Amino acid sequence: MKNDNEPRRRFLRQAIAILPASALTPVVMTQAGCSQSTASSGTPLKAVESDYVPVYFTDAEWAFVRAAVDELIPVDGPGAGGLDAGVPEFIDRQMETPYGHGKLWYMHGPFHPEAVPELGYQLGLVPRDVYRHGIAACNAWCMKQYGKTFPALDASTRVQVLEQLEGGKIHLDAVPAKLFFGTLLKNTKEGYFADPMYGGNKNMAGWKMIGFPGARADFADWVDQPGARYALGPVSVLGEQA
Amino acid sequence: MAIKKDKVDAVMVGFGWTGAIMSMELTEAGLNVLALERGEMQDTATTAKYPNIADELAYAIRGKLYQDLSKETLTFRHNPDGFAVPYRQHGAMLLGNGVGGAGFHWNGLTWRPQASDLQLRSHYEQRYGKRFIPEGMTIQDFGVAYDELEPYFTRFEEVAGISGKAGNVMGKIVAGGNRFEAWRSKEYPLPPLQDYYGAQLFAKAARELGHEPFPIPAANASQPYTNPYGVRLGPCNFCGFCEDFGCYMYAKSSPQSTIHPALLNKPNFEMRTRCQVIRVNRDASGKVATGVTYIDAQGREVEQPADIVFLSAFQMHNVRLLLLSGIGQPYDPATGEGVVGRNFAYQMSGGVNAFLPKGTQLNPFIGAGAGGQSIDDFNGDNFDHGPLGFIGGANVRHNRTGGRPIGQAGAPKSAKKWGSGWKSAVQDSYQRMMTIVAQGSVMSYRDNYLSLDPTYKDAYGQPLLRVTFDWHENEFKMTKYTVGQAERIARALTDEVDVNVRKSGTHFDTRVYQSTHTTGGAVMGADPKTSVVNRYLQNWDVHNVFVLGASAFPQNFGYNPTGLVGALSYWAARAIREQYLKSPGPLVQA
Repeated sequence: MKNDNEPRRRFLRQAIAILPASALTPVVMTQAGCSQSTASSGTPLKAVESDYVPVYFTDAEWAFVRAAVDELIPVDGPGAGGLDAGVPEFIDRQMETPYGHGKLWYMHGPFHPEAVPELGYQLGLVPRDVYRHGIAACNAWCMKQYGKTFPALDASTRVQVLEQLEGGKIHLDAVPAKLFFGTLLKNTKEGYFADPMYGGNKNMAGWKMIGFPGARADFADWVDQPGARYALGPVSVLGEQA
Repeated sequence: MAIKKDKVDAVMVGFGWTGAIMSMELTEAGLNVLALERGEMQDTATTAKYPNIADELAYAIRGKLYQDLSKETLTFRHNPDGFAVPYRQHGAMLLGNGVGGAGFHWNGLTWRPQASDLQLRSHYEQRYGKRFIPEGMTIQDFGVAYDELEPYFTRFEEVAGISGKAGNVMGKIVAGGNRFEAWRSKEYPLPPLQDYYGAQLFAKAARELGHEPFPIPAANASQPYTNPYGVRLGPCNFCGFCEDFGCYMYAKSSPQSTIHPALLNKPNFEMRTRCQVIRVNRDASGKVATGVTYIDAQGREVEQPADIVFLSAFQMHNVRLLLLSGIGQPYDPATGEGVVGRNFAYQMSGGVNAFLPKGTQLNPFIGAGAGGQSIDDFNGDNFDHGPLGFIGGANVRHNRTGGRPIGQAGAPKSAKKWGSGWKSAVQDSYQRMMTIVAQGSVMSYRDNYLSLDPTYKDAYGQPLLRVTFDWHENEFKMTKYTVGQAERIARALTDEVDVNVRKSGTHFDTRVYQSTHTTGGAVMGADPKTSVVNRYLQNWDVHNVFVLGASAFPQNFGYNPTGLVGALSYWAARAIREQYLKSPGPLVQA
């Protein structure tokens, strides 16, 4: 009968209308999305279904960031890995903040990038630029060196590339290698440990790893218990509890 | 056509600690006082509300309460021959902003200097001989003696509600306090904060080595307190979000938590925010200030007449305003002449990360901005400098402000910086790493000074302040010695230590956080040839301009500066109320 079907159809229409578009097209990240070489070589990335659609990074950049984070804070070792902690989402979101746009910095010229390091950062690049140009330059270097872009390399090669960037052993023309690596590492650790409302530290995994109580911010009952094990789990600013 | 406002009796340029203290004092004396603050209003209920304040990324990493460098910053160079470049990112020093200034988000260590610190040149000449002071080191006496200031330290400590344990009351050494401290007339207004575990361990180790540790004097209330203005502080709950954050417990002493409730609603007090003062104005003679000019939030130029002008902004900005206004002769390092900008100093700190045995539960997140224990054996002239060949010293302490994971979860130097090795190291270190710091003095030198930058400008088109500064050998010697003492204490606790000490010959690095204890540039003194203000912080050239704050220090000592900043403000206020108001003019004949 007509009346039996009507409410069900209405419900379905309504349910579909309120689902965010991203949930309908889950983003599955594999190396195939960014590799420009033949598919099968290299260690496949963990394929993670994620609701998150990057707002800044292109597909190729997103694959790079995910691949880098997977080595900077891997699954091995205590606590969650950076991917599970949502670090790439954190970094992507940061690119749309005043920080990402360089608005926290004095960015008027004249610029003197040749100034001695002790006088601080003197480049005209903002974090968005560092990632955009750094990733492109690094992928180009990897192509030249290995015939593959960074995300297509196997884990140990990726680690080698990161080590060389860290040590300034690779020359990238667009962005100083040490700056590129340093920004990546800094934002990665921030993403692992910042409050979950910024997109990283999912389920407070980073805080659980070290035993930081998060936004609890009240230890009057614990000062006079020297050496006692702190009994409570972390809480986030928005009220997540472990 | 500039807007002209009605004249006020006194105008404060900058509304942090010194602006609040002086406003309170002068409104009590019946003056109409106007405080101009270039930043926004800040108060506990809106700016420090829980749980939003417990956000390390926003406040401690992105610096939500810091000065917006994109609009105005400093420039730095290492020596007078160099080209200064902008301080584009916050690093070594974290400039404050807004109502309350850095007083809203500081840690709260509140010291009195040594008596000898205030008469540094005389003291060293007397004890060690004139030739002990190197050529080019321009240290000076303050022009005021500790004994004269003592009641004003007491006054500031009572207003702020400092938690501590006296060590020298009326000349009598009292157990449990700092046996080296300058004499005080009475005990602190609040008992000391409880010791967290790390402080207990530090104190035990220090005692084993023959020292007498004492609790750090803290502008974090150890219990509920009502100050002389009737304003109340709540007890510190060791939340671990102190420096860079506002205090949601009303426990951290700030202008907001100790003065504003008694000041802001007074009928003879007005505060205007978003007012960037660009100049102090003077009459045709140049000897009398007529008020200030500021740019308001809309960008309009406003003339604010006033009978007395107070530069009560941060040390750097006070000096910049004098230079922009053409008040006083700018200092020239080549000739050694001029006064505005001379004797700029800072601090040099080093320390030791001690890794206690596995299984130790320090619970590092239990932190208070000024909690902890300290020894003063290696500060001031509390030890014989003769055989050591340097001037100055350091406050040595364990001060745990929190265990915030991005900025405070350390690891051994040898640990990997990323990868699974990093994860293991950070997890392993978190509960067992503690830091012992040696916060050391920096002397003044002929070639360290402040001036206007010729190249870079702020958002209003005015030249930035240029800082010409580098370390000198004296400070490397001081830090090697004092960090060595910190290491001795650390090694009484564990063999696993990392020492962080600056090597001689290295340059001042603007990227590495040091502290915001910058001093000088508008120094106080007895001689107008080597000072900008007299003993009452009154400008030598323009008698109705007073310059408050650490810009008055002729060199810096091993203590955090705010205790002396507060005391000098009350001291100057008294002279103004009792002498200046009755007879405006120079309080000291040059």
